Amino acid sequence: MIQVENLTVRYGGVTSLDGLSLVFEKGTCGLIGPNGAGKTTFFNVLSGFVRPASGSVRAFGEDLLALPHFRRARWGVRRTFQTEQAIEELSVYDNVAMMSSPLRGAARRADVLGAIEFAGVGAPPLARVGTLSAGQRRLVELARAVAGRPRLILLDEPAAGLPDEETAHLAAVIKAIPEYTGALTILVDHDMSLVSAVCETTAVLDFGRLIASGPTAAVLRDSRVMRAYLGTAEVL
Amino acid sequence: MTVETKGGAAATAAAQRLRLLRRPQRPAHLAVVVVFAAFALFALPPLMSLYYTGYMTLVAIYSIVTLGLGLLVGRTGLYSLGQGAVLQIGAWTGARLLFATSQPFPVVVIEAGLVTMGIGTVIGLPALRLRGLYLALITLMLAGAVTVALATVNFPNGGGGFTGYNGTSVHIPPIRRPSIAGTDPAYYRYAVVVALLMFALVYAHLRTRPGRAWAAIRQSEPAALAAGINTTFYKLWAWSLASFITGVAGAMLAGQARYLYSINFSTQDSIILLAVALMGGVYNLWGAVIGALLMQLLPAILQNLGVSYAWLTILFGLGVLQVLTTAPAGIADQFPKDARRLGGLLTRLARARRPGPPRPPAAPPGTPPQAPSRGEAT
Repeated sequence: MIQVENLTVRYGGVTSLDGLSLVFEKGTCGLIGPNGAGKTTFFNVLSGFVRPASGSVRAFGEDLLALPHFRRARWGVRRTFQTEQAIEELSVYDNVAMMSSPLRGAARRADVLGAIEFAGVGAPPLARVGTLSAGQRRLVELARAVAGRPRLILLDEPAAGLPDEETAHLAAVIKAIPEYTGALTILVDHDMSLVSAVCETTAVLDFGRLIASGPTAAVLRDSRVMRAYLGTAEVL
Repeated sequence: MTVETKGGAAATAAAQRLRLLRRPQRPAHLAVVVVFAAFALFALPPLMSLYYTGYMTLVAIYSIVTLGLGLLVGRTGLYSLGQGAVLQIGAWTGARLLFATSQPFPVVVIEAGLVTMGIGTVIGLPALRLRGLYLALITLMLAGAVTVALATVNFPNGGGGFTGYNGTSVHIPPIRRPSIAGTDPAYYRYAVVVALLMFALVYAHLRTRPGRAWAAIRQSEPAALAAGINTTFYKLWAWSLASFITGVAGAMLAGQARYLYSINFSTQDSIILLAVALMGGVYNLWGAVIGALLMQLLPAILQNLGVSYAWLTILFGLGVLQVLTTAPAGIADQFPKDARRLGGLLTRLARARRPGPPRPPAAPPGTPPQAPSRGEAT
């Protein structure tokens, strides 16, 4: 469980997160909102790239903001990026093995290979990532995110730019993450079919504030969400 | 947890598969290295005159320096224009220790590496907050400062005190060499072995966790941070490792030269070093060897032919221009590609010339018998 209270982030005069308070319980949770709503900023705060002006984040009882960013991965925070960040010159295996892990030796190797098989990368572990397709690289990133006993997995638009059949595979993998790792997974995506297929609960941000949260289907029908996201309220 | 029971057996099987995969890794590559090392150690010395033996010793020593520079530039993206200064610090320390103590030569070499590493790390701590051009500028200034300082202090030549300079440059004792490598050919072999050890040290780093961390840092610092890599620590590690091996090279240089004069070192060396490292190729360990050949053997050959050294500066300038525009991975990467392309072209030419069964759509007589290149075909 992750508990966010009164989180505020400012970039100069821009308030990106404005006193955000929300709770994600377990499983796979969606986080949606129009561009500039503060979704990626929220991820950046959790992974330590951005220091908030105020507020607190407690994840499984730990004060996350007190940890330096490279410690958070050791603790169990994982994230992927909007633009895929698989390391081209390394093999699939090394890309996943670079993730900080409490495991050592054979157990660690097994964990890394298990993650690669779980993500269904579809390339041999020693293949160079530079030779893989865009979809496969996304899966390498996903494998990296589930390796090393994660506790909190943040997926930032993992399906961006993927064709439909690859998105379907990705959805199946993301859906299986909580069962495979036991980690709380937060998914940011603009693909509503992916979000509703994968997430039991969803929270919606707009201008750095929480405007709705709850079961995904109900949230997506919420009139405030429609207004913020689709701009339909004015039309109707 | 349910995780372990579920994926456990499959993952163990997969781990075993990988271990099987890992052992031979690149047998062809290893064979090439062994043949190359054997050639450098056993075949080359009897073939070389004393003139070239001296220069090839320098090639072995400078390949360690370009190796360190390649590590910084190619693996972590840190541009240093101060490696010549680091080499001077290593040479000074090595010479001083060889005069002051009677420790075995290898011990002094390692000590010189460690002292240089210490100094390099202290300098690296603030410098690593900078990147790109600014880091290059700072390191270049450092190179200038060290050159000036050592010109004032002078290199040790058997005197007493901290500096070990006896105030004169005539009738001075030579810097000692290891007892097993007193002659020039023996010292050449010694230098090759030291270089091989340094390459092995760096290779071992690249194959394991630091190598992964450096690759991640170079391509994407956010991804490295998100993977829990302490980027400052690993950058400093690369910096320290490069300083260590360059210090080792410095001590080896002291033994090679036997008499060190500050006039032999200039700030320009640091710039040439970066140029040859880039030309050789910083993403490949062979690039370090090629860079050292360019820096030390090429001038020797030109000098032997009576060509002015000034041409070399122009050549290096053109070489760097070529690297920046067409071959970012340097000769080590470009040469095999070009050789393969040339091989392909020659085979096609040979096939076209051979009066075998005539191919029906023969090219008109005016056009060259050249098939479209691989790139155009797709």
